[in-house]
Amino acid sequence: MFDKQKLEQLRAAREKYQEAVDKTLKKMPERKSEFVNTSGIPIERAYTPLEMEDFDYLDKLGFPGQYPYTRAVQPTAYRGRFWTMRQYAGFGSAEETNERYHYLLKAGQTGLSVAFDLPTQIGFDSDHELAQGEVGKVGVAIDSLWDMENLFKGIPLDKVSTSMTINSPAAIVMAMYLALAERQGIAFGQLRGTIQNDILKEYPSRGTYIFPPRPSMRIITDIFAYCSQEVPQWNSISISGYHIREAGSTAVQEVAFTLANGFAYVEAAIKAGLAVDTFGPRLSFFFNSHNDFFEEAAKFRAARRLWARTMKERFGAKDPRSLMLRFHTQTAGCTLTAQQPLNNIVRVAFQAMSAVLGGTQSLHTNSMDEALALPSEVAVQVALRTQQLIAYETGVTDTVDPLAGSYYVEKLTDEIEAKAQEYIDTIEKLGGPVAAIEKGYIQKEIQESAYRYQKEIESGERIIVGLNKFQVEEERPKELLRVDPAVRDKQIARLQDLKSQRDAAAVTQALAEVKHAAQTEANLMPPILQAVKSLATLGEICDVLREVFGEYEAAPIV
Amino acid sequence: MPVEKKIRVLTTKPGLDGHDRGIKVICAALRDAGMEVIYTGLRQTPEQIVSAAIQEDADVIAMSCLSGAHDYLFPRVSEILKSKGIDDILVLGGGIIPDEDIPPLKAAGIAEVFGPGTKTTDIVNFIRENIKRQ
Repeated sequence: MFDKQKLEQLRAAREKYQEAVDKTLKKMPERKSEFVNTSGIPIERAYTPLEMEDFDYLDKLGFPGQYPYTRAVQPTAYRGRFWTMRQYAGFGSAEETNERYHYLLKAGQTGLSVAFDLPTQIGFDSDHELAQGEVGKVGVAIDSLWDMENLFKGIPLDKVSTSMTINSPAAIVMAMYLALAERQGIAFGQLRGTIQNDILKEYPSRGTYIFPPRPSMRIITDIFAYCSQEVPQWNSISISGYHIREAGSTAVQEVAFTLANGFAYVEAAIKAGLAVDTFGPRLSFFFNSHNDFFEEAAKFRAARRLWARTMKERFGAKDPRSLMLRFHTQTAGCTLTAQQPLNNIVRVAFQAMSAVLGGTQSLHTNSMDEALALPSEVAVQVALRTQQLIAYETGVTDTVDPLAGSYYVEKLTDEIEAKAQEYIDTIEKLGGPVAAIEKGYIQKEIQESAYRYQKEIESGERIIVGLNKFQVEEERPKELLRVDPAVRDKQIARLQDLKSQRDAAAVTQALAEVKHAAQTEANLMPPILQAVKSLATLGEICDVLREVFGEYEAAPIV
Repeated sequence: MPVEKKIRVLTTKPGLDGHDRGIKVICAALRDAGMEVIYTGLRQTPEQIVSAAIQEDADVIAMSCLSGAHDYLFPRVSEILKSKGIDDILVLGGGIIPDEDIPPLKAAGIAEVFGPGTKTTDIVNFIRENIKRQ
């Protein structure tokens, strides 16, 4: 890309610069002996065309919306439409959460994102013994279609796009959403949204697994097959690096482990007989946006290129939409401090800006009080306003991929891509992500990074403002959101009510159909849809699947 | 010279919470500080935690919970210990725990509660200074 003669001149000029640097260093050494980002990539003093002599614009970047999609998946990007502003929310009962959704929509949020409580995510009804203390805590409690109806009261499902963070019981919750659409008289083809449905990251990082990997992969491919036919606008998976990063991985590991999982899903679906271009366009991703501003922005660009190349070259995808890595981003919860929580507003703003410069399709900005409790309304509003400020006031959305061509960002993009590819190759050699998880490889990699990061903070090598430098004596904020502990009793009462009112024979019959499908190769979605419509509970359906598939037992690895 | 007995710590995740970054970092730090660490993994009931502590002859139980279920789970562990007549195990808790929850947890028998931003060395020191068994 650069003229040879010009490069020679540049080399000569660099020598002069180096002399000046040496002189300066004698007078004033740099702040650190070496500058390295979280991924262990050394950062040069200054980047020039000499770091990218062979850079081939069309090969590496192309135009926005063109292969390999480094710059953007869409030709006009934010000049056409901003990202979806989507705050993850859910707590207590369906009614309380529904109130929060109406509040957020009124505040200008453009998509919904449902947080479910842990019993729901692990397939227990609220009355289960293991649900004690957990009902409604980290999300909304959903036991049956009744709760789902209350959750979306007054929200026409053809007017919103809804993301649902549900993995092991994704088929059941998806079925509830479909049943609700039917009741609202809305065709499945009009539904837009996403289910997380990404089991592979649950084993090493998020922990809401139920079934062993093999049957879990089968449920996922059943969902792919069903949704590609019946719910064509729905993203049938959100392949998530967010939680891998929260568990402590580096940026490179986040890209590598997430994309390796993505390739495993593609492979499983192809093995199950699906053509790559039938489900490929509905795969979506979910990444973290952490503190290192340029590393993060480069990470998103690297992920897009790596996905496009592999889908094309390894899996033979032809539909351009199968090559496009579309993603949601959440700012990094693990970077929030309980100390001086107002500082978190600023942290989140920078992280959100990285995500926007990296071309995210959808964004959740964390609330300032999330290191203390679930976010209060005021905190959520500031978080949402942060996105609106970036969109409407900063001007960064006026041109596509404004960081392109930065010597530093392009070099970082290349390095992240190359290092992620190395990890992906290692995982392939271990036999793919499932084998790598069973061997404890992924867990150990993540843990080592997490411990290194903590040690850097404790030694003062890594400064976290307000935590290990610039501390103040302070009182903790008092206005924190608390979940009403009575929510479990209310859910239990409602379950009893449901069980006395529904047609018990229809439920038994529907559950038998689910069991039969699980034991054969029939697609699980139709019988599960029938079961939720007959008012079988989430726990009952999961119990049937547990009976057939067994439960995953994790070996603790430290 | 008698060999000094290593402090044995049972680290655990009560309830359904899957956030194990913190507890795993603590496992590594306690090990580096010369303690024996037995990590139970996720989804432990209070009953399972107590029986594991007894079986492992643990001097300390260190629990981590970020789901907000600490208010039920931590005191339940203390209660079961008490019902078994065990009073020489140091019980610690950590996670996302609002300040106002700390006094009732302490009253229930949780010796100390460590929140976000805690240095692992503070936890190591606390254990060394407050261990009940010698």
